[in-house]
Amino acid sequence: MKAYAALLERLAFTPGRNAKLALLQNYLTTAPDPDRGYALASLTGELDFAGAKPALLRALVSERVDSELFTMSYHYVGDLAETIALIWPGQGEARDVPLSEVVERLNAASKTETPAMIADWLDALDPSERLALLKLMTGGMRVGVSARLALTALAGTGDVPLDDIMELWAGFKPPYEPLFAWIAGGPKPEPTIKAPFRPVMLSTPNDYEGLSALDPADFAAEWKWDGIRVQAAAHGYERRLYSRTGEDISAAFPDIVDRMEFSGALDGELIVRRADEVAPFGDLQKRLNRKTASKALLSSHPAALRLYDILIWDDEDMRELPFHERRARLEAAVTTLDPLRFDASPLLDFDTWDALAAHRADPPAAVIEGVMLKRLDSAYVAGRPRGPWFKWKRDPMIVDAVLLYAQRGHGKRSGFYSDFTFGVWDDDRLVPVGKAYSGFTDEELKRLDKFVRQNTVERFGPVRSLSPELVVEVAFEGLNRSKRHKSGVAMRFPRISRIRWDKPAKEADHLTTLEAMLP
Amino acid sequence: MGEPAFEDILIPRPEGLYCPVGDFYVDPVRPVAKALITHGHADHARSGHGAVLASQQTLDIMAIRYGEDFAKSRQAVDGPVEVNGVTVSFHPAGHVLGSCQIRLEAKGMVAVVSGDYSRVANPACAPFEPVPCDLFITEATFALPVFKHPDPADEIAKLLASVRAFPERPHLIGAYALGKAQRVIMLLREAGYDAPIYVHGALQRLSDYHIQQGVPLGDLRPATMDKAEARALREAIVISPPSAFASPWVQRFADPVIGFASGWMQIRARARQRGVELPLIISDHVDWPDLTATIQEIDPGEFWITHGRDDALMRWAELNQRRARPLHLVGYEEEPE
Repeated sequence: MKAYAALLERLAFTPGRNAKLALLQNYLTTAPDPDRGYALASLTGELDFAGAKPALLRALVSERVDSELFTMSYHYVGDLAETIALIWPGQGEARDVPLSEVVERLNAASKTETPAMIADWLDALDPSERLALLKLMTGGMRVGVSARLALTALAGTGDVPLDDIMELWAGFKPPYEPLFAWIAGGPKPEPTIKAPFRPVMLSTPNDYEGLSALDPADFAAEWKWDGIRVQAAAHGYERRLYSRTGEDISAAFPDIVDRMEFSGALDGELIVRRADEVAPFGDLQKRLNRKTASKALLSSHPAALRLYDILIWDDEDMRELPFHERRARLEAAVTTLDPLRFDASPLLDFDTWDALAAHRADPPAAVIEGVMLKRLDSAYVAGRPRGPWFKWKRDPMIVDAVLLYAQRGHGKRSGFYSDFTFGVWDDDRLVPVGKAYSGFTDEELKRLDKFVRQNTVERFGPVRSLSPELVVEVAFEGLNRSKRHKSGVAMRFPRISRIRWDKPAKEADHLTTLEAMLP
Repeated sequence: MGEPAFEDILIPRPEGLYCPVGDFYVDPVRPVAKALITHGHADHARSGHGAVLASQQTLDIMAIRYGEDFAKSRQAVDGPVEVNGVTVSFHPAGHVLGSCQIRLEAKGMVAVVSGDYSRVANPACAPFEPVPCDLFITEATFALPVFKHPDPADEIAKLLASVRAFPERPHLIGAYALGKAQRVIMLLREAGYDAPIYVHGALQRLSDYHIQQGVPLGDLRPATMDKAEARALREAIVISPPSAFASPWVQRFADPVIGFASGWMQIRARARQRGVELPLIISDHVDWPDLTATIQEIDPGEFWITHGRDDALMRWAELNQRRARPLHLVGYEEEPE
């Protein structure tokens, strides 16, 4: 547990992606099997222990610590697992309890054995290891590592490309010893999964000017739907819905999975669709990041796939075929599927870039993010090659907002105030509506930093509140209603598109402007 | 006259703890005529008093911080002294260079004002000396049972592991100018790190004073290099006051790892608030086990709590049937900058 706890502690405080990768790779190459496999599983969310719930932990600690002292401590620390880890009597033993011992015994233990087992471990471990144990048992590591990042680190320890790992990953269970052996140079394991994830093909951005150099006759165009890109793979009894990064999200979408009555792999956009109407992204968000979906949610927020492409069908791999042929196969395949859950994304009729621009300027639904262009002769290849596929997104939404708070950046931006909270007017006061970390040049960053230092009203640790003077133009890709934000709205991908040194704060936009942009 | 009460020798006042018999204050937070000072941290040792009685090192530190004219007159303690009928003596507190507890004896009672203190070995000062007394005055900076500070050598090992893992990123460690900064440097030297250590200008004079007092700090270099030099550093450790992280001084370093050496780093939310990437739990105060063990060991008739988390310590006193009283003294910061 010592190395694992040290890893988690360091990850929790490390904001930079590259530094996180370095820490993960260092752990994965130095930790022994099967510990490293279980550690990886804890980060990719593959571990789940039934018996170790917060109520049990509270009961254990209440036998050892005065409840008033515990309550005072909990109020101060603010996190139950952390409070227990710190307040538990003793400072642990020198013995290192292997992570594998913890995982395997937790999996095997009966409900009545679990409490004494946990208490023994808490006695043996030091506070940092206790916290690792408690987070491991209760889930939610909160160290800012996605499954994809963990697997990227794994790929970085050897010469196997991430895409190849992704294809096999879902078929293996912790502690993944065959995968580690393969990545270290051993033989490629036999796939144990019949419906694996196949790496997705992605597009690069383009615009009118860039497209003008190309011949419109070489391309097909379709709408870019605002859902999440998924892959539906099925073979025999095995049916899986993957995110575009290869995460298995089947459990949250039984309505789709139940109707995946085919053998093959289809590429499409996951959306919430009621009859012909595609719901805003906010509706889909209610279905994401869940382990299951309730009946009520399934009927109020029915999911559907709008299909873009066909990779495999009835054991035939179509990825080498040109797009126009795959499209014909896709259209034939869709006719065999439940129309309530599956349809093909319609192609757009155009012969010039101006005609396509007209489509793009007037989409039939608010949940369209722009248009996609695909070369008619393009094969389906993994990754993001430049040339065969383009996205031509609709123009971002724009609002003029006032900078309210600034926070110091990390890593390369250490010492610079680079993370900004901005707000718009609601009557005569400013309400925060979002945060932006990017969109400015290095020169602008320096000037913003100077502005922050000269216009600070109050300091709270690394955060400064600012005199509300500077207007910034904020560009963003979409707007959702949000109960979590005081303003009632949440922006997607906000960034600072222009700094309006010239514009008085009074002339910034009002909340009503944003509300009018809601879908 | 009735029974002598503790209030005859010590009472809390807005200026600080006051001794009515001797007509002096201990660690007053406002200028007073006569002050006894436990140690040189800015919240305990302020300038502008009439007469100051303190250890020679504390007086030197005050002169470095405030200039030679920090008080009208000063006296260095050298054995017990009589102050208006109160027998006063100074005893090591194990907190920072020059830190002392102050023992007061009058009217047949003994009170000990411990100032800030630590029970963990610190090469810069003599270890805390338990002084038997009727009334013990304690701080409660880390008086919650969650504060159990680990071995500082383990924390320094964390720092060195990070330097090895990220050799191209300079490690900027925030540490308060008096005591903590030198403590971190000494711990690094004890761990076998003998490369030059870069120190921010604000630490220079107090670090020089430590060296002059026989505390070996090794090769220290000023962290005033230009941007090109700062970016050529490898495996570099830079010690600075935490406040410097908010200044443009940091901008010369490429992609630094920001660390902070403090007892507060035990609490993750605290470390996050500070924007710290490498929290190092290194404290010069007693943690909960040491604080409660010290009170048991000294076994005073009563103890008073000057500042900090007195509610938890009062609860502990209740559970252990000890007489205790919170003073709620204002003006002592949680840890001085």
